[in-house]
Amino acid sequence: MKDWRANKLMPGAIIPKGGTAREYKTGGWRSATPKWDEEKCKQCLICWISCPEGAVLVKDGKVRGIDMDYCKGCGICVAECPFEVIEMVGG
Amino acid sequence: MKNISKKRVVATTGNGAVAEAMKQINPDVLVAYPITPQTAIVQDFSQFVADGAVDSEYVTVESEHSSMSACIGASAAGARVMTATSSQGLALMHEMLYIAAGSRLPIIMPNVNRALSAPINIHCDHSDSMGARDTGWIQLYSENAQEAYDNTIQAVRIAENKKVLLPVMVNLDGFIISHGIEKAEFIEDRKVKSFVGERKPFLPLLDVDNPVTYGPFDGLGGYFMEHKKNQADAMERARDVILEAAEDFAKISGRKYGFFEEYLLDDAEIAIVTLNSSAGTTKHVINELRAEGLPVGLLKLRVFRPFPAKELAEALKHLKAVAVLDRALSSGFVGPLFSEVQTALFNLETRPKVINFIYGLGGRDYTLHEARKAFEELMTVAKTGKIKKTLGYLGLKEVEVLV
Amino acid sequence: MKIKDLTEKKERLTSGHRLCAGCGAPIVVRQILMGTDKPVVVGCSTGCLEVSTTIYPSTAWDTPYIHSAFENVGATISGVEAAYQSLKRQGKLDKEIKFVAFGGDGGTYDIGFQSLSGAMERGHDMVYVCYDNEAYMNTGIQRSSSTPRGAWTTTSQVGKAEPGKKQNRKNLTACIAAHDIPYVAQSSPSSWKDLVKKSTKAFDIKGPAFLNVIAPCPRGWRHPSDQALRIAKLAVETCFWPLYEVEDGEWKLNYKPKEKKPLAEWLKTQGRFKHLFKPENEHIIEELQAKVDKDWERLLKLCGEA
Ligand code: SF4
Ligand code: SF4
Repeated sequence: MKDWRANKLMPGAIIPKGGTAREYKTGGWRSATPKWDEEKCKQCLICWISCPEGAVLVKDGKVRGIDMDYCKGCGICVAECPFEVIEMVGG
Repeated sequence: MKNISKKRVVATTGNGAVAEAMKQINPDVLVAYPITPQTAIVQDFSQFVADGAVDSEYVTVESEHSSMSACIGASAAGARVMTATSSQGLALMHEMLYIAAGSRLPIIMPNVNRALSAPINIHCDHSDSMGARDTGWIQLYSENAQEAYDNTIQAVRIAENKKVLLPVMVNLDGFIISHGIEKAEFIEDRKVKSFVGERKPFLPLLDVDNPVTYGPFDGLGGYFMEHKKNQADAMERARDVILEAAEDFAKISGRKYGFFEEYLLDDAEIAIVTLNSSAGTTKHVINELRAEGLPVGLLKLRVFRPFPAKELAEALKHLKAVAVLDRALSSGFVGPLFSEVQTALFNLETRPKVINFIYGLGGRDYTLHEARKAFEELMTVAKTGKIKKTLGYLGLKEVEVLV
Repeated sequence: MKIKDLTEKKERLTSGHRLCAGCGAPIVVRQILMGTDKPVVVGCSTGCLEVSTTIYPSTAWDTPYIHSAFENVGATISGVEAAYQSLKRQGKLDKEIKFVAFGGDGGTYDIGFQSLSGAMERGHDMVYVCYDNEAYMNTGIQRSSSTPRGAWTTTSQVGKAEPGKKQNRKNLTACIAAHDIPYVAQSSPSSWKDLVKKSTKAFDIKGPAFLNVIAPCPRGWRHPSDQALRIAKLAVETCFWPLYEVEDGEWKLNYKPKEKKPLAEWLKTQGRFKHLFKPENEHIIEELQAKVDKDWERLLKLCGEA
């Protein structure tokens, strides 16, 4: 189903592959943007487990940044970070 | 003759015949909930499970809404799944009937026809299945236990055909057929097994390496209308598949099926169109009237959805007058079967006059007397070329109505 | 359990879903799905989570998923599980697969209550998760039997004659515990360790398991979009939403606040309770506090902590 498109109808409107929502970028919803400070980060990963979008990028067990394709700017990571590493900036 | 030598001829109720077909089909999942007059089917099946005679997972739900929901889950998972119901049960699962068909899940469900409340009544009429007309289910009707058995087996092949993938409802008359004992022939187990084959599910949930999404939201920006058209096309394709399945079924049973049965129709001038068990009584009266020299016949519809309009028009077009018997009401207009038949005939150059009789509601008897009355009225219509009353009732008692 | 290890797991609810910014539900779902490494088939009742994650042709589920209707996710997923048991028993399938149903409070406490009860009673090997945001949010914030007394919703309006919802909420967790199933628990995404651990237990236990998880809704609760987990945490600290589990009939408290905070602290974080702080309604806060106190005492007793 690699080349599947929306207008290739499956019986029952089945979506024949997983995770196609990744193609829909929710970053455009943002009205404020979280700014993460790599220097200050203690790598506790609380922001990662708290984000409703799965938008906190983690590789090899370490936060690497925030995926602006999907971050909706809710600010939960800012509210939850125990070390005030992330701050919200306008736009 | 050799290949049909191992048939078992038995005395059985309609429910018993359906349960036997289910046992031979041996579905992966059987979802059970009791309702009169269907209950005996799931009771029998419980015994098959207890005896180890089937491989089925037997799921005893807490309502018919849940039974159809569980069928939907099991069928989407990739299993062959069956349930059975009647009346209020079918009405309770109404919402889920649309979802089963719209999700293109080949669920098989015998429906033992029974009246809908109120007033509550446990006996036969067709208001349950007629109410489900537009749910997207294929609907087969059965005159007797034999046909209920045969239809149940064929339903599997129709439903699961890749060109179709739609649920099938097999209807039989409550009590009259479900509980009446008559003769039927059961096919050998292994022949049924090879006739129904194994289900090859399309995009099943349990193929976890290829995750699929069933039941998405398909709104204004989507393809809702195209998906519905696709579903309607599948119902169209079911026409050929129903006939193919019937042809193959004849090879293992010796019994032939089509969209409908014509009884002395070729040279008839007037005829009755009906569903299910009333056909038997009607045939009997036809034999009597034929002996009196009257040109009477019958068309007994087997396939109600998809509706075989073209074939039906072809079979009825030479008649002077037709009476359609409806064992259901559509308050405010004519009976549902009548509507369909008249629509089928409408574009013919010359067409028979068509009248409608409501009969048998809540199990009211349809006897030789009622069948004769219908034919008498037809003869008048045929003779005068005039319809006095489009809609009449058969077998009403004399009453005084206050409000 | 180390949070770092959880980051190794595949995200089965992907980015690109369309739940509101700051919604509690996807946090709950992400943490629940971290509870097992086995393949999982997800069922969803109609609601915010369902609609927002599967807008055709887009699905945020990178795992098999089925939605059929509102009131029946218990029955639907029990059908999937029955198919699995059958095919496995017949040797047509050999993988180990897990099954989880997600329903909101409308789909669980109210319209789906019967279907849930049936599925639990039948003993299917499945997990049912209620993400409880205390009202029908998908249709626009209508009261459910989970809505707390005093809360404003669009069908429990606040005015001269009425102070919001008049009835207390249903104790669903206890209702399901009364089914005597192997595992029932209440949890909160503000305590990710508690939630992931309970999810693992629920998936690992043979037979039905039920998790009731608080899931704040910024739209319906009238709180800023960054507050979902703060507010969930306060619900726990005030003992409005205690963390406990019932395993094989044994009640166990999983968290006891050092200092039980006044309920008013939780109430004032949400606009839906704003009117309760007017002098004429303050008695409702007192009564709500009394109810929380009573429920807490009873829970302590059940858990052998009193
Ligand atoms: S602002 Fe919200 S969406 Fe963006 S990374 Fe933080 S928690 Fe995730
Ligand atoms: S919560 Fe704060 S300290 Fe912890 S990983 Fe995220 S940014 Fe770093």
